[in-house]
Amino acid sequence: MVGANAWRRIRARSRGDRLFYFLVYALVVIAVVVTLLPFLHVLSVSLSSVDAINRLTISVFPRELSLEGYRMVIRYPEVWRSYYNTLWYTVVGTFCNIAATCLAAYPLSRRRFFLRRPLNFFITFTMYFSGGLIPLYIIITRLGLYNTRWVMVLPVLVSTFNIMICRSAFEGISPEIFESCSIDGANDFTTLLKVAMPLITPTLAVLTLYYAVGHWNDFFHALLFLGRQDLQPLQIFLRRVLIMASPEVLQRLGGNMAAEALAVSSIQIRYVSIVVSIVPIIAFYPFIQKYFVKGIMLGAVKG
Amino acid sequence: MNAGNAERQSRNLMTLIRRDRHLLLMFLPVFLYFLLFCYIPMVGIVVAFKDFIPGRGVFGGEWVGFRWFLQFFRSRYFTRIVRNTFLLALYPLVFGFPIPILFAICLNEVRSSKFRRLAQTVTYLPHFISTVVVAGMIVNFLSPTDGIVNLLIKVLGGKAVNFMMEPRWFRGIYTVSGIWQSFGFSSIIYIAAILGIDPALYDACRIDGAGKLQELRHVTLPGMSTTIVVVLILSLGGIMSVGFEKVYLLYNPALYETADVISTYVYRQGIELQNFGYASAVGLFNSLINFAVVFAANTASRRITEMSLW
Repeated sequence: MVGANAWRRIRARSRGDRLFYFLVYALVVIAVVVTLLPFLHVLSVSLSSVDAINRLTISVFPRELSLEGYRMVIRYPEVWRSYYNTLWYTVVGTFCNIAATCLAAYPLSRRRFFLRRPLNFFITFTMYFSGGLIPLYIIITRLGLYNTRWVMVLPVLVSTFNIMICRSAFEGISPEIFESCSIDGANDFTTLLKVAMPLITPTLAVLTLYYAVGHWNDFFHALLFLGRQDLQPLQIFLRRVLIMASPEVLQRLGGNMAAEALAVSSIQIRYVSIVVSIVPIIAFYPFIQKYFVKGIMLGAVKG
Repeated sequence: MNAGNAERQSRNLMTLIRRDRHLLLMFLPVFLYFLLFCYIPMVGIVVAFKDFIPGRGVFGGEWVGFRWFLQFFRSRYFTRIVRNTFLLALYPLVFGFPIPILFAICLNEVRSSKFRRLAQTVTYLPHFISTVVVAGMIVNFLSPTDGIVNLLIKVLGGKAVNFMMEPRWFRGIYTVSGIWQSFGFSSIIYIAAILGIDPALYDACRIDGAGKLQELRHVTLPGMSTTIVVVLILSLGGIMSVGFEKVYLLYNPALYETADVISTYVYRQGIELQNFGYASAVGLFNSLINFAVVFAANTASRRITEMSLW
């Protein structure tokens, strides 16, 4: 691969090729800039002084650097409460997701398992047909899950697609390993936990990321099933601040500092909330990004 | 079939169950999950044919046959929400489909691996940002008073536009922001396809004196064609299932004309107004169409490329 690249480098010399490379680089740079600009604008407003924002200047980089917006937002108890709730849903939810996904994928990857085909169909069918929103709403209410923390975990326990990715990964383990396990007298639970799961760590890393981001960003289930404010996650809070821009919320964000609160540009508080909510994702995901191509292809090829 | 045969079969079954008892036990939690949250709601569809009364459960209430369906087909909302659902899936497909392909090709030609990694890391990012934040950025950037877009318009001498109150802007906003969210991440599958092309083909191309453009036309694109066709067909399968969240977060009553889709209509009718029977009927109508479209798309994919979802 390195050899081929080096050769390509030497070859690229005709005028047409140079134009080609110019276009390629230009397009990639444009793609990167277009992706980043909205984030940079949000970050810059969140860090600018209120005066600069009120003068309605436009800039990519912050004017008159100030952390006042952040100071305002972190003083607001609802931010912390919804942050805590989101953390709870993400940690507990992702743990249950990974456990359930492995427990389902492992039997489906064993060729000798006598219910393998019917159970594969059992889970696949749900990708193509669903009862729809209303029957789900009725059953969740009747199970008594409405307004409980578990409503953010149980109804999204697994995703069929992720079970398939995990199943393909288990199928990729060489059969001799499983043979030696059973010769050593290990039962299926021990084999799964001690042998099979450690062998598919890269896949589990990708699945963990998918599930965790899903929980972190989950707005739908909270909207439907969590009426109680003290259980609501960050995304519901964000919606109130960002989209409904409810005067009530913005006022309370200013808190007891009435005079100060008046001076604070509401748009700054909105943008600070955005930054605060996506920092964990930006911090977390580059570590797992290198596994993406692999993780996605497993599902696409063998699904 | 005689009695002995049946008995032997049931004894075989017992042996199998005993042999695979650990595997069965493992699968149990997920079996219960699918039963409770997928299959029982499917049975719950009977609500669509009933006059649902909250206290009496799913199976209480009078049978009303196809009353809710007829009510929906005759209502003035029917054409509007079906049209909106279709168009909000079609526009991103038409305008957004080629972009990840182009992007994957460009990325593959970038020779500095550091820059390539950086470009990938950056462009995948919007995929992981919540719909609430994306919708929040859209609404705030487009705000007529302090949004950046209108500030720019005013600086350039134009008049501020109230984008989120005029129905004619909605589809464009939805489509462009959708492309921004997804083009990077969608390119992964094409990058994988390009990586799967035999390097010997490129060598042969170069020996024949082909330039980069010819290489692209005769090696890279043919090498990606299967993936492109599969992705296209499977995207066509999603043509009647627009995501609920983004539309719900972006729209408001002033935009219903172009923004209201089946899922948001079901939400308003069912959850907000508690018309469970009617809303289930509309939802079932959507599920059935989705199922038919996905089934057709998958069959087409299998016929044409021998690759399919099942």
